[in-house]
Amino acid sequence: MSLVIAEDITKNYQVGAVAVQALRGISFTIEPASFVSFIGPSGSGKTTLLNLIGCLDAPTSGRITVANTDVGTLDRGKSAAFRGVNIGFIFQDFNLLPVLTAYENIEYPLLMVQNIPPAERRRRVTALLETVGMADQAGKRPDQLSGGQKQRVAIARALVTSPKMVLADEPTANLDSKTAHTVIELMKKMRDERQTTFIFSTHDQKLVSEVEILFRLEDGLLESRGKGE
Amino acid sequence: MNLYKIALRNLLRYKRRTLLTASLITIGVVFVLVFVAVSGSFKAMMIGQITDAMLGHIQIHKKGYVASIDNLPLNLNLRAEDVARIDQILRNQKDIEASSPRLKFGGLFSNFVESTNIRLNGIYPDREFNTVPLLTSRISEGKKTIVKGEILIPALLAKGMKVKVGDSVVIVATNKDGSVNGRQFIVAGILESVTGPGGRDGYVHIEDAAEVLRMPELEISEVAIRLKDFDRLQPAFQEIRKQLETEFLKGDKFPLEIHTWEGLTPFFNIARMLDVMTFFIKLMLVALVLISVLNVMIMAVYERIREIGTMAAIGTPPGKILSLFMMEGLSLGILGTLIGGGVGLLILFILNISHITFNFGQQQGLLLRASVNPMDFVTIALIVILVSVVASLQPAFKASRMEPIVALRHV
Repeated sequence: MSLVIAEDITKNYQVGAVAVQALRGISFTIEPASFVSFIGPSGSGKTTLLNLIGCLDAPTSGRITVANTDVGTLDRGKSAAFRGVNIGFIFQDFNLLPVLTAYENIEYPLLMVQNIPPAERRRRVTALLETVGMADQAGKRPDQLSGGQKQRVAIARALVTSPKMVLADEPTANLDSKTAHTVIELMKKMRDERQTTFIFSTHDQKLVSEVEILFRLEDGLLESRGKGE
Repeated sequence: MNLYKIALRNLLRYKRRTLLTASLITIGVVFVLVFVAVSGSFKAMMIGQITDAMLGHIQIHKKGYVASIDNLPLNLNLRAEDVARIDQILRNQKDIEASSPRLKFGGLFSNFVESTNIRLNGIYPDREFNTVPLLTSRISEGKKTIVKGEILIPALLAKGMKVKVGDSVVIVATNKDGSVNGRQFIVAGILESVTGPGGRDGYVHIEDAAEVLRMPELEISEVAIRLKDFDRLQPAFQEIRKQLETEFLKGDKFPLEIHTWEGLTPFFNIARMLDVMTFFIKLMLVALVLISVLNVMIMAVYERIREIGTMAAIGTPPGKILSLFMMEGLSLGILGTLIGGGVGLLILFILNISHITFNFGQQQGLLLRASVNPMDFVTIALIVILVSVVASLQPAFKASRMEPIVALRHV
């Protein structure tokens, strides 16, 4: 059974008096444990599509099913609960909470979203800090970490709830090439170890070459589907 | 880590702004505490002066007497047998410390050279001094009591008529039947005046008063009552009224009237005005806290839109986002209350050790004892904390309803 099934999705925006068609009837499927990327020029609809898969937005028409749930029909509360259990997010600007340490940022979804008991939280956070190589930086706040370190913490935060998939919008855009490579390797390792599906949008050729399935978007249409090079 | 810890850290993140808002709340709390304490103490002292120096806490009259009290009518006195029945009831009341029957009348005061009018109270000295214990402290010259044949006269009269302690004076009064009678008295003491009705009356022994008025049987104009505990004024008043009604009510006619001090002196309106002023000061505190907290929380939400978007995107329930911002407002309120309460109590302590005095009417050098009732303190603290939470509600609600996709796009 596919993890993500998109059926003839359209998404229209109204920007002032101008109607924008961001997606124009897109259909695709994504299997569990995939390493997938959407690529395309700016304005092609990559971020819009990730937002729809991540239940942050609803399609204008068509149906998108994630983990057997029609996510377009969920209300605000159910949508938040669904994201908290099934989806991890990695943002281009890391989006760590500035008042929390690296440890607490990773712990946050377990406490605020899933209400996991303290001992289990400690076990999971400590294990992930080790995995992403941030155990010695656990007590530092985001403003004391480098870009690469922040993104490692963000990856750990996305994975700590053991979601079915992780969505990453331009995850290496703000990193230098060496750090970006390390982060890509880390995500791939996580996919291999945890069988978590990773879905990206990116311009980064290095990341493109690492993905297993590549969707190319152009003007809101899915132009091609293929393997990364 | 928990929600409250995150809220506190968010407040500490903007130290200067948090400090400024907490300072505003602190100033408000200090101002209200000091005002409530000083005005409350002033009010309590004034009430004490008025009730303990002349009025008593409660008074009983024949029906219609109070409306005509300026004329001191002799035809609205209580008969001796009624007074005996009233005395019997009062003796059985556990709240009553003392009571004093008075025979009030107006007369002509003469020093044998010139004359003027005077209002007099015929009293049993011991009972009167037990009922209004500050009366003796008003006697500035002469004996601290009187016996038959003696008179206590107000200071202004003594000065105007050039009368001293030990001088002989004559009191002439019109009796109930319209005839006139006079009697000579020795001035036993000079009384300082106090503000309010009866504050410039003279005092004679009640048997002398009855003799001047040629009463074949003693009549009483009023019975003044002192309670053991002033705070039990209303329950005691209701109980006395109930007992009197049981004893005196005939059909639907009740021949007596009973008043607390509040119904007998215009100072009660001043006391009420102080209460109204205190209410408006509290209202100002509410406005100050509301505007301060609302302002800082609106700013907090606006500055953290992307953060809110992140929290919402990773699945934080809207209720928890709402709680987070409300806890920040709550913490601000608690912080302001704690600092304001501490500073306010310190200021009250300094006021008290400074021995500040003030004058009230003819009374000089009354010592200000500013103290705040624990209930008032708790009420003020609760108002501030509650208003802080209410002020956070709108910004917190806005944050919780934010669409994550819109919030994440915010620059």
